[in-house]
Amino acid sequence: MKALRNYIDKIKPNVEKGGKFHYMLSTFEAFESFLFVPKTVTKKGSHIRDAIDLKRTMFMVVVALIPALLFGMWNVGYQHSLSTGVEATLISNFFYGFWLVVPIIIVSYVVGLGTEFIFAQMRGHEVNEGYLVSGFLIPLIVPVTTPLWMVALATIFAVIIGKEVFGGTGMNIMNPALIARAFLFFAYPSQMSGDKVWIADKADAFSGATPLGELMTATDKVNLPSVADAFFGFIPGSVGETSTFAILIGAVILLWTGIASWRVMFSVFIGGFAMGWIFNQFGANAYMNDVPAYFHLILGGFAFGAVFMATDPVTAAQTNTGKYIYGFLIGVMAVLIRVFNPAYPEGMMLAILLLNVFAPTIDYYIVQSNINRRLKRAKKVAA
Amino acid sequence: MSEIIKIKKGLSIKLQGEADRTISSLDSTKYALKPTDFIGVFPKLNVKEGDTVKAGSPVFFDKYRDNIQFTSPVSGTITEIKRGAKRVLLEIRIEADGANDFVDFGATNPANLDREAIVEKLLKSGLWSTIRQRPYSVIADPAQSPKSIFISAFDNGPLAADYDFILHGKGEEFQAGLDALAKLTNGKIHLNLHKHDTQTKVFHLAKNVQINKFDGKYPSCLIGTQIAAIDPINKGDLVWTVNIQDVLTIGNLFLKGQYLPEKLFAVGGSEVLKPRYYRAKVGVTVQDIVSNNVTEGNLRYISGNPLTGTKIESNGYIGFYDNQLSVIPEGDYSQFVGWITPNLDKFSFYRSMFSWLMPKKAFRLDTNLNGGVRAFVMTGQFEKVFPFDIYPMQLIKAVMGQDIDAMENLGIYEVAAEDFALIEFISTSKIDVQSIVAEGLEFLRKEMS
Repeated sequence: MKALRNYIDKIKPNVEKGGKFHYMLSTFEAFESFLFVPKTVTKKGSHIRDAIDLKRTMFMVVVALIPALLFGMWNVGYQHSLSTGVEATLISNFFYGFWLVVPIIIVSYVVGLGTEFIFAQMRGHEVNEGYLVSGFLIPLIVPVTTPLWMVALATIFAVIIGKEVFGGTGMNIMNPALIARAFLFFAYPSQMSGDKVWIADKADAFSGATPLGELMTATDKVNLPSVADAFFGFIPGSVGETSTFAILIGAVILLWTGIASWRVMFSVFIGGFAMGWIFNQFGANAYMNDVPAYFHLILGGFAFGAVFMATDPVTAAQTNTGKYIYGFLIGVMAVLIRVFNPAYPEGMMLAILLLNVFAPTIDYYIVQSNINRRLKRAKKVAA
Repeated sequence: MSEIIKIKKGLSIKLQGEADRTISSLDSTKYALKPTDFIGVFPKLNVKEGDTVKAGSPVFFDKYRDNIQFTSPVSGTITEIKRGAKRVLLEIRIEADGANDFVDFGATNPANLDREAIVEKLLKSGLWSTIRQRPYSVIADPAQSPKSIFISAFDNGPLAADYDFILHGKGEEFQAGLDALAKLTNGKIHLNLHKHDTQTKVFHLAKNVQINKFDGKYPSCLIGTQIAAIDPINKGDLVWTVNIQDVLTIGNLFLKGQYLPEKLFAVGGSEVLKPRYYRAKVGVTVQDIVSNNVTEGNLRYISGNPLTGTKIESNGYIGFYDNQLSVIPEGDYSQFVGWITPNLDKFSFYRSMFSWLMPKKAFRLDTNLNGGVRAFVMTGQFEKVFPFDIYPMQLIKAVMGQDIDAMENLGIYEVAAEDFALIEFISTSKIDVQSIVAEGLEFLRKEMS
């Protein structure tokens, strides 16, 4: 490592102020700090600092996403084999998916990080680690058949409009990965919904609709997958969203390390279940009647959204009390959209984006109650 | 007995090199007063280089409150007046002559004096500077009367001094100091003990005070935490606070009529060969303490503890309000893919690291920032170590935006920079929160005056 360090130290003067390639400083720093944690020491305030940094935090989220990714790769292959009726081994199913998903990941990272680097360079900032997670999320929330150029376009849109115009990671209002998803959903609806897009190279005779898609079009008889299929994820859907089980492994990692807020995560599930249960009581149509509340939690993007999307600390509510309200309303809205909106089979994406927008308002009222408490205390003393 | 106040939030950071309970006496000849120790004071000198001073002679005063004086801890000669950029006064160095000449302020029992006489004695002797107020953490205004005075009788910060050990057998001075302070307020003096750690009778038998018992990790020892738990500050309130060893010095002033600022300093940290207590006067150089007593290498000398202290040089001087010297390694190295390696020798508040598996381990932490400075990304973490009914991140953002209304509304008057030390320590974004809060408080103080 010493040689590498020496090499970096050797080329560093070229990119520093006054150097030949000084306009490349942000890019250089991003790579340097990726390889070596910088030797910066504390100057003001506390002389010692926690060993945590944003890179490690983001890396832990990526680790938590790996079970969903690996399962998703296998499921891509499995759904394909299912549709064609050809028997395939676990390994061949996995690699079938692997070769389809990896290009999406590469495009997402190369394009997304490229955009981030350009912006950091223009602003003279260090490159922020936020995209390490966003870049991993985007491939997991799109159908495997999404053309790569669409992924690239959506990524650019998400990074610029979803994040950089607000000032970069930490300043954005809506979840960048979901912005990418929403962009695709509204710009290219035929590629993002229906029954043709979820299974790679699907045989024509095979119905490839997601359970939620089928539910939406169902008139009297509802055709649900078994609980086990839905929970373990042997159903069509976006790459990473199908297996609630794999997602829950990630959830355990995120909650154990304390990176994701359990307040948000649990209240999303509770909100979704509560809304589903209320619909069950009404039973006004087949959807309300025949889909038990817990099914909402294991179908579609609900679990993935609850664990990885709603918990994004930047776009979620920031106060602890606000997090309960924010999460609960996401759950409620997601199920509401699923059942009532005739155009969208899945409501999770829109529910989270909607509550992203309302999170500052929720926080405002929570903080205001703290302020009022303080004013009341002062008045009591004065009286 | 009073009820026990449990502080649930916080974090104890265990560092290597806690001071042994042995005392070395230090007869150093080099002392300095550092005007930068006193927030908001604009120093005007009473002396020039070459002047001789007695213990208790005025050295400088505050231009805007000229009755607040700062006096020499020893008798000797002013050797150097050190200035920094823009001629800011940094140090007034005094070489002790060993003669122990002192200004006689007259011994009197504080119980027989009225408030005015006590205030005057404290002002004359320079000991008024030991009394600080909240909000703003500046030296108190003698014309005002606080609603209460808070004294913390324990310290559970990293490498902290053991006040039980320091005050052992000093009941008389301590009580005299308390009696004097009691005349300054119409309210109570809150003497805050630790439920388990405070054993000595000096504290338990103290009179003229209300004794409160605290339980919990750091920062339960901080005045800010204690005020918030007992009698939170509202806008317009004044609370005063005095460090425990300064109460002894005040006591001595009344018992002996002298300014005798002798303290026990806890000298510790992983790089100190023989961590122990040193008996010395306020403003002493650390040169004599650290020579032949620290390891080789690039070291950070801190007057105070590693969370809230001030960086000094190896021949620097201990700060006026500090009773601790910490020496830890500098962290000026770059670590290959350090953000992914296990880093078992580093301490973390979080479970993404492994130090939670070793709750008993004492760490050798250095000054590396352990990452790069980023925008606030994570939320809900600061609240876990911040025992106030305050939203810390919202307050920090209000301070950064210099929004006075928001700062007031969110509770700026209840906090001092040191209350944010743990937040700064655990921050994933590596933002220097303490200096942000300190600057915000100064900004507010100037705007409000």
